[in-house]
Amino acid sequence: MADQNRYELNKNLAQMLKGGVIMDVTTPEQAKIAEAAGAAAVMALERIPADIRAAGGVSRMSDPKMIKGIQDAVSIPVMAKCRIGHFAEAQILQAIEIDYIDESEVLSPADDVFHINKRDFEVPFVCGAKDLGEALRRIEEGASMIRTKGEPGTGDIVQAVRHMRLMNQEIARISSLREDELFNRAKELQVSYDLVRYVHDHKKLPVVNFAAGGVATPADAALMMQLGAEGVFVGSGIFKSGNPAKRAAAIVQAVTNYTDAKLIAKLSEDLGEAMVGINEQEIALLMAERGK
Amino acid sequence: MNIDKPQIGVLAVQGAFIEHERILQALGADVFEIRQLRDLDRTIDGLVLPGGESTVQGKLLRDLGLFEPLRAKIQAGLPVLATCAGAILLAEKIAGERDAHFATLPAIIRRNAYGRQLGSFFTENEVAHIGKVPQTFIRAPFFESVSDDVEILSRTASTNGNSDSANTKQIVAVKYRNQIALSFHPELNSDTSIHRYFLDLVAA
Repeated sequence: MADQNRYELNKNLAQMLKGGVIMDVTTPEQAKIAEAAGAAAVMALERIPADIRAAGGVSRMSDPKMIKGIQDAVSIPVMAKCRIGHFAEAQILQAIEIDYIDESEVLSPADDVFHINKRDFEVPFVCGAKDLGEALRRIEEGASMIRTKGEPGTGDIVQAVRHMRLMNQEIARISSLREDELFNRAKELQVSYDLVRYVHDHKKLPVVNFAAGGVATPADAALMMQLGAEGVFVGSGIFKSGNPAKRAAAIVQAVTNYTDAKLIAKLSEDLGEAMVGINEQEIALLMAERGK
Repeated sequence: MNIDKPQIGVLAVQGAFIEHERILQALGADVFEIRQLRDLDRTIDGLVLPGGESTVQGKLLRDLGLFEPLRAKIQAGLPVLATCAGAILLAEKIAGERDAHFATLPAIIRRNAYGRQLGSFFTENEVAHIGKVPQTFIRAPFFESVSDDVEILSRTASTNGNSDSANTKQIVAVKYRNQIALSFHPELNSDTSIHRYFLDLVAA
């Protein structure tokens, strides 16, 4: 059982990632390109979401050897994904000293009811959420960082926008409630009163909140930052594009100066082909519907 | 210009800069963010280099044209408070790496010196001139060695069994002329004594 101290340290690591871009990589070479382009951390996985989507079938935790190769290649934090509810995969990732585990809807869920009891772990977890209830339930289970689910592997920002706006609206609503109304809101959200109380008093989640799922351009990153994201995950958007190094560096700068449209205009020039997008009406599998 | 509030610039290209801003504002400083060159077109009495990823901050400093102007200001004596990644930016040499960043602090620093996140730890320890303070180490560096004219403010042993450095005291806080550099994160706790010490240095 990880103690409160450890949970604080794990939330603190997420604070250090703020204002940064976390990039999906599948090889040590890609990891080095990402680090050189200014990634604040990398997500090591065998296939990026766009390819998982294309290949179909069951998608699982990556080969630990492949993850270790990426850990050896870079000096920035390395994250890796396990399936929702698959605590044995999470134990393996902890055993190889991963810096952050993403209990992720991008992989095939291993449990259709229970998420991992993340309080049992020493390493931190980030989890996806599409509304405030999901975010607070994951935090209750021990997540020390939240990201929007968005819709991974599509290059379509619409779902990440929807999730971020919804979360912000729900936070604003809670902070305007009377104190005696918070108990019922906790019941509705299926979370503890203490968490709802925190949101009411601080007008924010008790952990860092990033945008993820569909970011493909510097403008997408700037949009999510202006909507209140504290940083950005970019999955397929970089290494499925024409010039990954240049696009990655441009997205990193756009996240730092997300309100400077003149600078972002310049950053958006000559980036080559963006990843081929899929609209939400065209996809058979909605990953965001996994794990509530 | 210092008759009113001290003007503190906080490097805000990436990392935990808001935490520093809140503490400094609570202590009565006028705080502004440095995200690009035009942010330096104003009076600056002190500079904060926050935690985050030093590789990211170092790259953005260069890409945004901030590197040379800030380096010149530090060399000219601008008071600096640097935490974790910020301390790495200041060090003259980074152990095991070819390139340094500002290189204004004659010391050798080692990145991720306590290992990965499992090696992160919290403790409380003495800091010279200040007293006992909370010290939060997140994938932290420590100073392997410092030149003779660098004052060592604190030595701390990791309290974490996962770290190779458990029970060996390492140099985690130093002062060199106008520069204070820390391995740990005073901005993550409610104790404000380190920031007050920095503002005293700014006022001096």
